[in-house]
Amino acid sequence: MTYSDKPRLVFVGNGMAGTRTLEELLALAPDRYDISVIGEESCGNYNRILLSPVLAGEKTIEHIMLNDDDWYQQHRIHFYKGERAVQIDRVRRQVITASGRQIRYDRLVLATGSRPSRIPVPGRDLKNVLTFRDINDVNTMLALSRSKRHATVIGGGLLGLEAANGLRKQGMAVTVVHTADFLLNRQLDATAARLLQHTLEQSGIQFMLNAATARIEGTAEGEVRQLVCSDGRTLKTDMVVMATGVSPNIELADSAGLRCDRGILVNDVLQTFDPAIYAVGECIQHRGQVFGLVAPTYQQARVCANQLAERGFARYIQTPAATQLKITGIHAFSAGQFQEAGSHQVIRFVDQQEGLYKKLVLDGNQLVGAVLYGDTQDGAWFFDLIQQRTNIAPVRDQLIFGKDFCHWPQPASSALPVAA
Amino acid sequence: MTKRSTCAYCGVGCGIEIQVGPEGVTGVQGDTGHPANYGRLCSKGSSLDHTLTLEGRLLHPQINGLRADWPQAIDHVARELQRIIQQHGPDAVAFYVSGQLLTEDYYVANKLMKGFIGSANIDTNSRLCMSSAVAAYKRAFGEDCVPAAYEDLELADLIVLTGSNTAWCHPILFQRIKAAKQQRPGMKVVVIDPRRTATCEIADLHLAIRPGADIALFNGLLQFLAQHDAVDKDYLQQHCEGFNAALHQAREETPDVAAAATRCDLVPADVAQFYQWFAETPRTVTCFSQGINQSSQGTDKGNAIINCHLATGRVGKPGASPFSLTGQPNAMGGREVGGLANQLAAHRDFNAEDLTQVGTFWNAPNLARKPGLKAVDLFAAVGSGQVKAVWIMGTNPVVSLPNAGEVAHALRQAELVVVSDCIATTDTSQYAHVLLPAAGWGEKDGTVTNSERCISRQRAALKPSGEARQDWQILTDVARAMGYADDFSYHCAADVFREHAALTALNRAGPRQLDLGDLAHISDREYDDLPPRQWPLINGSSQTRLYADGRFSFPDRRARLLPVQCQGVKNAVNVDWPLSLNTGRIRDQWHTMTRTALAPPLNAHKPEPFVEVHPVTAARFGLSDQRLARIRSPWGQAIMKVNVTDAMRRGELFVPMHWNDQWARGARIGELVNPVVDPVSGQPESKHTPCRIEPWLPQWTAIILSRHNLPLPACDYAAKIRGARFYRYELASGETLPAFTGSHDLPAFLQQLAGAEAPPPLLYQDQDRRSYRGAWLDDYGLQSCIYLGSGWDPTVTQADRHWLASLFEAGTLDPIQRKALLSGLSPAGVEDCGRTICACFGVGENSIRKCINDLQLTDAAEVGKHVKAGTNCGSCLPEIDAILAQK
Repeated sequence: MTYSDKPRLVFVGNGMAGTRTLEELLALAPDRYDISVIGEESCGNYNRILLSPVLAGEKTIEHIMLNDDDWYQQHRIHFYKGERAVQIDRVRRQVITASGRQIRYDRLVLATGSRPSRIPVPGRDLKNVLTFRDINDVNTMLALSRSKRHATVIGGGLLGLEAANGLRKQGMAVTVVHTADFLLNRQLDATAARLLQHTLEQSGIQFMLNAATARIEGTAEGEVRQLVCSDGRTLKTDMVVMATGVSPNIELADSAGLRCDRGILVNDVLQTFDPAIYAVGECIQHRGQVFGLVAPTYQQARVCANQLAERGFARYIQTPAATQLKITGIHAFSAGQFQEAGSHQVIRFVDQQEGLYKKLVLDGNQLVGAVLYGDTQDGAWFFDLIQQRTNIAPVRDQLIFGKDFCHWPQPASSALPVAA
Repeated sequence: MTKRSTCAYCGVGCGIEIQVGPEGVTGVQGDTGHPANYGRLCSKGSSLDHTLTLEGRLLHPQINGLRADWPQAIDHVARELQRIIQQHGPDAVAFYVSGQLLTEDYYVANKLMKGFIGSANIDTNSRLCMSSAVAAYKRAFGEDCVPAAYEDLELADLIVLTGSNTAWCHPILFQRIKAAKQQRPGMKVVVIDPRRTATCEIADLHLAIRPGADIALFNGLLQFLAQHDAVDKDYLQQHCEGFNAALHQAREETPDVAAAATRCDLVPADVAQFYQWFAETPRTVTCFSQGINQSSQGTDKGNAIINCHLATGRVGKPGASPFSLTGQPNAMGGREVGGLANQLAAHRDFNAEDLTQVGTFWNAPNLARKPGLKAVDLFAAVGSGQVKAVWIMGTNPVVSLPNAGEVAHALRQAELVVVSDCIATTDTSQYAHVLLPAAGWGEKDGTVTNSERCISRQRAALKPSGEARQDWQILTDVARAMGYADDFSYHCAADVFREHAALTALNRAGPRQLDLGDLAHISDREYDDLPPRQWPLINGSSQTRLYADGRFSFPDRRARLLPVQCQGVKNAVNVDWPLSLNTGRIRDQWHTMTRTALAPPLNAHKPEPFVEVHPVTAARFGLSDQRLARIRSPWGQAIMKVNVTDAMRRGELFVPMHWNDQWARGARIGELVNPVVDPVSGQPESKHTPCRIEPWLPQWTAIILSRHNLPLPACDYAAKIRGARFYRYELASGETLPAFTGSHDLPAFLQQLAGAEAPPPLLYQDQDRRSYRGAWLDDYGLQSCIYLGSGWDPTVTQADRHWLASLFEAGTLDPIQRKALLSGLSPAGVEDCGRTICACFGVGENSIRKCINDLQLTDAAEVGKHVKAGTNCGSCLPEIDAILAQK
């Protein structure tokens, strides 16, 4: 391997944020850098979001691969597959890997992502207590599903429900244990959540709500046997998947003296406190916020690539995110301030027979939040209206029925957003 | 099989062919052989088969709300009538009958009352319709005889349509006139009507006359004819009395065209044009109808018209006659048998000779010696307790009489109210102690006489529904139960008809024209086959026109011209009641809608009760088109949809007469109409009532469409419209809804309003806009849907009623229809974007395929550029690739 005289750009992390930044950069300035990628997982990069369909048996690993080894070669990228970066020497500008490799950089992009948090309860390290983050986790779960019967998922959030659905599809009897009194309590309102719960119950998943896990008990062999809640309820189980949130991976940055809080602190161009080092994705903290969804990650990637390509005009602005649950046959969507408060006004629609529910939250003449369950076709459009702060007064009476039913009266000027 | 019969509606009396299959009536069409219509039918006639439904039919006798059998019911009615007669005398009982009855029904009712009960208290709803014309003809000709025939409309060179919206109320005659005018464009048509009606379509001249001024117009004409030497002096001398007095009165009142124009609020040139045409056109027919008759001077108005025809010798000649158009299918038959309280029978009166002859013919033990109470007086007498028992047959006086609220009040006090009807629940039947189910059109068997004296058979195509019976049978049974079996020995309609015909034959000895003597001995078979024939029927001949020889029905055989003076309307408008309320028919409804409202095609033209008002008047009173307004008169009030139209004169309102409490709330216009009658004919002045109007703002409005026939909610305004497979309800209320303050179980309220068994499974709520919508669906599709909003909520007023109606025929709704349902708007143009592929941006499979095909795309990134699919999480990229691969 020869070094050219181009500036050296090193990516730590080969996940979705890092890869997207790389792709955006190659589109802008294909020959600007001599690029290296350090990836901990022993394969090329893949679409982590699609691990749920893989677990559910709806897709295979091949389906979700983004770039294979050929792709790295084609773009003359040094790809250090299966290597873990353990230290950043900011003085010498080099990354040191677990195998002792020293990789020099002129610019460094940290895309170390996040890792699942394990709740601090006794028994959390028993055998068959898992998390759901990467291909290895999926493979472990698939293997267990063939020999075990009962699975418990702690956490009724997006990832937990997707894991539960996947395990159910693999034939396991699945129970979701959730601390709040309704599922997806950060993404949905209670009504939508109950409809979702009903649908999932119909498919065979069971739920324990308002249930805080006190401890996990194991067999003599150290395998999971049962889960005990703080209110005394118990649940026999052969396997526990913890889906209780993620924590940004900041250790590498922190140990290199970069300023970190919950995540690696970055400014509006995704630069850390070391001007040569950028960070994107779930490992960062931007203006107090950490991230867990793909949409902001991609926005960050675009800004970071713009910066790396030395265009320098983009800056990252947080936008309200919309969430979608990725379970085949289930459509749930939310965006903005969907829990009404104060002066907010609410429009509701339900179709009990079809299991549809929609709620729009208005502030004056602007849409500020939406929850959709069952029919999410107009979610993106509502999300647009929220972001554009469009004056919806002329179409309010039809708004909830979606784009096809809303026609702003002419002249067109009145249809312009009140603020851009 | 085809049965030939006659239409159930207006006085044109069109022949109808009823197609009957094994399952019942399969359709109706015009009878090409009938001289009234030669195969044509109007919208109402064409929809007669839609009214042949069991829905709403009265099927069994009831006594005090409980089902009874016929012997019980007949016995009860007979005993109660006898009891009241014994206690209070025969004048304490009354019959109120109908121009919907067949001649045979009418004859038996009249004979029972006037010959056997011994009172002349039998009057008919024809009192409201053409009694002024009857009186005018009698005063002018000595007998109630229409001298003209329909063919005169084709032979005339000038047709004057006065007080007649012929296009809507006698549509087939209008079509005949229109066709004749097309063939002979020289033919002139003058329409005299305060409103610019649909009839004006063929008018060469429309005189939008001031209400009540008709006598001034025709007095002016008489004066003009005399002044311009257009009178037929020989005819007057040989055949008429009273010309000079009449002319003198006319000159006093309207010495010239300008004076007539002023009195009538018309442009002098227009009046002069009318007079000129009348003067120079020997073949002139003047058709007059309710606009003339329904007046405090209806009889005088009729005579004012007839004066002009007598003065020009234009009576009973081809293309020249004064021609009263009757409103009902058998108003004329009723006049022939004597169904009016001031007639005896067969055009006979209460003089000694007539009483003797008729009494002898009937073998009457208790012959009435004096005229009875006319409709308005009759119900006043019921109200005052003078009349204790009233038997109402085939009519709905609580809707149709003036000051209708008082009629309801009167019936509530009566000792005995018997109602014979084919419909179970009417505004009138709810006051009945005894309900008797009568056969309806399609089941009835007998004869009717139309406006041109043409007798036609109404033949039964169906067996009577349930236990319904012919009216003459019911009357005959009651007569027998009262002890008159020997004189009511009829076994079939033909028995009754033969007796009626024989009675008219008594007229042959005198100058009277009514004579059906030829038919007095026809066989049952001949009766059944009877072709349409115009009376008189003497020696095998039928007579198209009467009085062509100038020999009239008075003993001296001379006609009379009468001096008449225009007094205007009885209750003039004033500061408190500044507007004039006019009432009348609309094209597609009949009377009180008991049958026409059952026919979905007839409910589309004018689905809701409305008031028409000129734009200037609307502006003056703050009214807006298609909003609601409250009309008040000293007698009552109503709430209607406003229809702003310059077809109205300023300061006048027009409201249809049809709506009532079965199909609407707050729309019974009879409640407002002043109980003013013509002193001669007793016909009410339904064409003018002083009133006022104001905008009426609802607290909430709603529409409901339901598969089910729901009870009308108790709202200030409500209209119920029967559609093909649904009922529509238009509602407005002046009461605030508790739901508006949020302190109310809204789904339960919607459930109650829509008559549903559960809260709506589909529900839309915008609490701050006070906009609520709900729908109920089942395996068969849409059950019902409701849209409710505060005040004039545009989502209620703009909900696409046609589209919603179509959903009741659609069966199970497709996903787009279902999605659009509570929007209330048709999804026309909205495409099904298919199964969602890209969840992040809500992009459907159909949209992706369309994009790929239209733009010839080959990879997923390009698809993403155009429809955004796959550009967020990328989950759907494999599916997009699969779609691309298929291509």
